[in-house]
Amino acid sequence: MRHIISMLLENEPGALSRVVGLFSQRNFNIETLNVAPTDDPTLSRLTVTTNGDERVIEQITKHLNRLIDVVKLVDLTEGAHIERELMLVKVKAQGGAREEVKRTADIFRAHIVDVTPSVYTVQITGDAPKLDAFLQAMAPVGVLEVARTGVSGIARGDKVLSL
Amino acid sequence: MELLSGADMIARFLKDEGVEYIYGYPGGAALHIYDALFRQEDVKHILVRHEQAATHMADGYARASGKPGVVLVTSGPGATNAVTGIATAYMDSIPMVVLCGQVMSSLIGEDAFQETDIVGVTRPIVKHSFSIRHPSDIPTVLKKAFYIASSGRPGPVVVDIPKDMTAPTERYEYSYPRKVRLRSYNPAGRGHTGQIRKAVDLLTSAERPVIFAGGGVITGRASEALTDLAHRLNLPVITSLMGIGAFPQNDPRSLGWPGMHGSYESNMAMHESDLVLGVGVRFDDRVTNNVSKFCPHARIIHIDVDPSSISKTVHADVPIVGAADSVLNEMLNQLGQRQPAEPVSLDDWWAKIDGWRDERRGKLYEPAAPGEPLKPQQVVEAVHRITHGDAYVVTDVGQHQMFAAQYYRFNQPNRWISSSGLGTMGYGFPAAMGIKLSYPDEHVVLFTGEGSFQMMMQELSTCKQFGIPVKIVNLNNASLGMVRQWQDLNYKSRHAHSYMESLPDFEKLIEAYGFRAITVHTPEELDAALEETFRSKDELVFLDVHVDPREHVYPMQVPQGAMCDMLLSKTERT
Repeated sequence: MRHIISMLLENEPGALSRVVGLFSQRNFNIETLNVAPTDDPTLSRLTVTTNGDERVIEQITKHLNRLIDVVKLVDLTEGAHIERELMLVKVKAQGGAREEVKRTADIFRAHIVDVTPSVYTVQITGDAPKLDAFLQAMAPVGVLEVARTGVSGIARGDKVLSL
Repeated sequence: MELLSGADMIARFLKDEGVEYIYGYPGGAALHIYDALFRQEDVKHILVRHEQAATHMADGYARASGKPGVVLVTSGPGATNAVTGIATAYMDSIPMVVLCGQVMSSLIGEDAFQETDIVGVTRPIVKHSFSIRHPSDIPTVLKKAFYIASSGRPGPVVVDIPKDMTAPTERYEYSYPRKVRLRSYNPAGRGHTGQIRKAVDLLTSAERPVIFAGGGVITGRASEALTDLAHRLNLPVITSLMGIGAFPQNDPRSLGWPGMHGSYESNMAMHESDLVLGVGVRFDDRVTNNVSKFCPHARIIHIDVDPSSISKTVHADVPIVGAADSVLNEMLNQLGQRQPAEPVSLDDWWAKIDGWRDERRGKLYEPAAPGEPLKPQQVVEAVHRITHGDAYVVTDVGQHQMFAAQYYRFNQPNRWISSSGLGTMGYGFPAAMGIKLSYPDEHVVLFTGEGSFQMMMQELSTCKQFGIPVKIVNLNNASLGMVRQWQDLNYKSRHAHSYMESLPDFEKLIEAYGFRAITVHTPEELDAALEETFRSKDELVFLDVHVDPREHVYPMQVPQGAMCDMLLSKTERT
């Protein structure tokens, strides 16, 4: 099963490599990875999506918790949560396709953020299936380049991940 | 507040932390630190002949004393030579602090002379690591390193120190930090009371219980509580290889250690048990054999300070995260408060266990007849007799290691010193040296083989320089015995590179360093040679015992079988 594990990490050099290294060292799988500083400059928030049965996920969370640089950790998929990913995608936009791309982008509530005579750059946010669906819709037109941030997520309701 | 350079802070911190010995080897990036060590007398530096030996010395000291061993090496090759020793300590959860010189911070990343990203290289084999970014951070970082290395589930910590951090010209305020706090690191303490109650319920109602105690009982100083619990409930006690000594082996409740070459009775008892109380063990693959056939009738209680050890290989029915000593004492408390109900009788269980013991009594091996080549087992038994079972016993890795574990009997913790997890050949000699330095009044015996010993024999020179009189018992079968055994069993005796065709004349070799060697070939010569070897505690003696190379280690679990599936000799199996 797919899990979204989100953690607060000491904003220290090498902290990220410890997390990533753990996954390869223990033969765990990383599907997406997203990391950036938080409002507290000493902490980064790192979100990883991974696959595994209950036993594997338990091992992943335990081994992550064992890393000294991991301050706090939550498996978002254990409860109601919001997950988002941002994608920038360049698509061919020439002739009739220009209008078609614009229409499809509107349907997906995406934004065209850069324009040339032959290319549109589209920004779209959502969960992973939505982004996948958009790429599929664009395939006939011609997808030139894709940049995805990986999943970021947060729990619904009053629950917060903080110190 | 005093003003000290980074290098002086390191020397001073080590003194304030109570470190007596550090083991190391100098080089460019560490020279400021070496100069600071030269200008003080409190911390004694032992110059090894290869950095790997420094880490094993620190490791041996740590296993015997329970305190972190400290290593100092230079950047690049100095640090990479230490890697095997760091990995050894990591696998066996041994507290160690490794200080590595590094090139100047302005040069990092430029492939400077003797530059290695040692933090990167060691990342998967350390509990944690630090890079010093400012000299004024040195006292706090070092305190954190010692705290992390020695608390919770211990392990090695690497501290990378760029040369400019130790420059003698720059001075900073120094004070010894008595305590450090880490917001992201809180080692487990007390266990969950409800879980402990469940465990006590199971323990008091089980019909075929066993205790399975590991190295965590020794590092957690929980031997006494474990012994109390075993006595209170009359439980059979099996220790892992790392846990040897956690429970006295002269106690009739001790069944020895289980696994690949474990005792017949311990493997049978674990397989047949209906409850395993695991304490400070990690149910590693050398114990469980095929996990899917492991203890088919048993519920598992697993106490460990490290939650990631629990349910890693074997599912725990009652997981208890906590320090072994605290949890075992809480179990004893709860037992004390209970109404003395009619306890479940373990008489049948003990009768069964005694039956297994009787089955193998006197059949473990055939001692050599006069004039015949000695059996390694009888040499270990003879060393046990002459040292009255209270020596520090250190081993290398291979057949001799298993024979030592099987035939030396341990009644106290911290006396059995062996690289169990990583299985590092070459570990033993330096580890024994590290122990002897700190315990000069004790016998420190190294059981080794000519294969392992040759991996670290350059340390004879260190023994000469610092006067480190360890006793070396070389079980010389002129072959890599364990490899040869596997080749006998699985490769139709095709001995691919398991034969040492050009052994040195060990007597001459040892004499070249100014020590004495005694060579023994037959049983008649053994006792006198041992008398001579162990006459004093102040002389290094190398006992080169030529043993029967055809001997195999038994029992030996059948690969992919259950714990009870064992070869018992070259002709018998369960």
